[in-house]
Amino acid sequence: MCTTCGCGDTELVPVELHEKILAGNDRTAAHNRAHFREAGVLALNLMGSPGSGKTAVLEATARLLPGLRLGAVSADLATDNDARRLERAGIPARAITTGQACHLDAAMVHRSLHGFPWQALDLFFIENVGNLVCPAIYDLGQEANVVALSVTEGEDKPLKYPVMFQKADLVLLTKADLLPHLDVEVDRIRDALARVLPDPRVLLLSARTGEGMEAWRDWIEARRARVPAKLRLPLAGHVHGG
Amino acid sequence: MHEYSLVEALVRRVEEEAARRGATAIHAVRVSLGELSGVDPELFRTAWETFRAGTGCERAELALSPVAASWCCTACGAAIPRGAVLRCAACGAPGRLAERADALLLESVEMEVP
Repeated sequence: MCTTCGCGDTELVPVELHEKILAGNDRTAAHNRAHFREAGVLALNLMGSPGSGKTAVLEATARLLPGLRLGAVSADLATDNDARRLERAGIPARAITTGQACHLDAAMVHRSLHGFPWQALDLFFIENVGNLVCPAIYDLGQEANVVALSVTEGEDKPLKYPVMFQKADLVLLTKADLLPHLDVEVDRIRDALARVLPDPRVLLLSARTGEGMEAWRDWIEARRARVPAKLRLPLAGHVHGG
Repeated sequence: MHEYSLVEALVRRVEEEAARRGATAIHAVRVSLGELSGVDPELFRTAWETFRAGTGCERAELALSPVAASWCCTACGAAIPRGAVLRCAACGAPGRLAERADALLLESVEMEVP
């Protein structure tokens, strides 16, 4: 109420909030993360352009790590082809068909976990929609972001999509076997990455020939070592929505 | 394009806050938009114009404050020039991104309360 004269008029007040617009998504992501940690599962968000070789990397990872229990959800606008490829490679997988949505959000990942035996896994991949823009800003509950960038995509790709590459805990330079056929210098890609994130971690590999895959395995093992085996802690304030 | 789902979340949150305070009108919504937030200001504004119709934000002004992506050295604080490798030329330490430069924040809402 107007406090000057008590006339009953309304008052214009500024309400300070200072909160993320994606706070709702971040809460669901934190919930997913708590689930993964509780079960001792290393969850990785694999992003990259369409055709950057995300699915091929996962197929090769299944061959590389036969002793680990791998699983995946694979997002695509219109098909479940990638999930079927992963199944054929021995990775239990579920497709998330996003329709016109250009990215995954934490709620989509949460829904995909229902009825999927993800708790029994060592390593859970979230293969995001092929897109270098939108997926970057949505936390899904992963432990790390892995961005696949094929050597055929151009040396300055990181400069064109800084938001995505800035979020990368690891960049996989894929399709290394094609380098002899291209006018591409890997050092230039590394230089571009160093201009969008301070300490880029980069691995050059080929899912086809197996080149560089040991370093990828070492990175996964180092990350797994940081995930506590089955915490079995009750999830604080755990409310199960959709 | 994810600007529509962001605006949807924004409008819902502002309406919720207005309802909680019994506001009779919402005059302005202030948003800080980082250069590396992954959000295009023009698309965000277009989405706002489209989406606010018929909501509590219908007559509210959207004030967007841009936050530039600047980097400085984590050790000595020296500025790292735009486009340069993100390591300090003087001491070699990695750079740090300015606060809010990668964020999309609802800063404040101006509303009329009884």
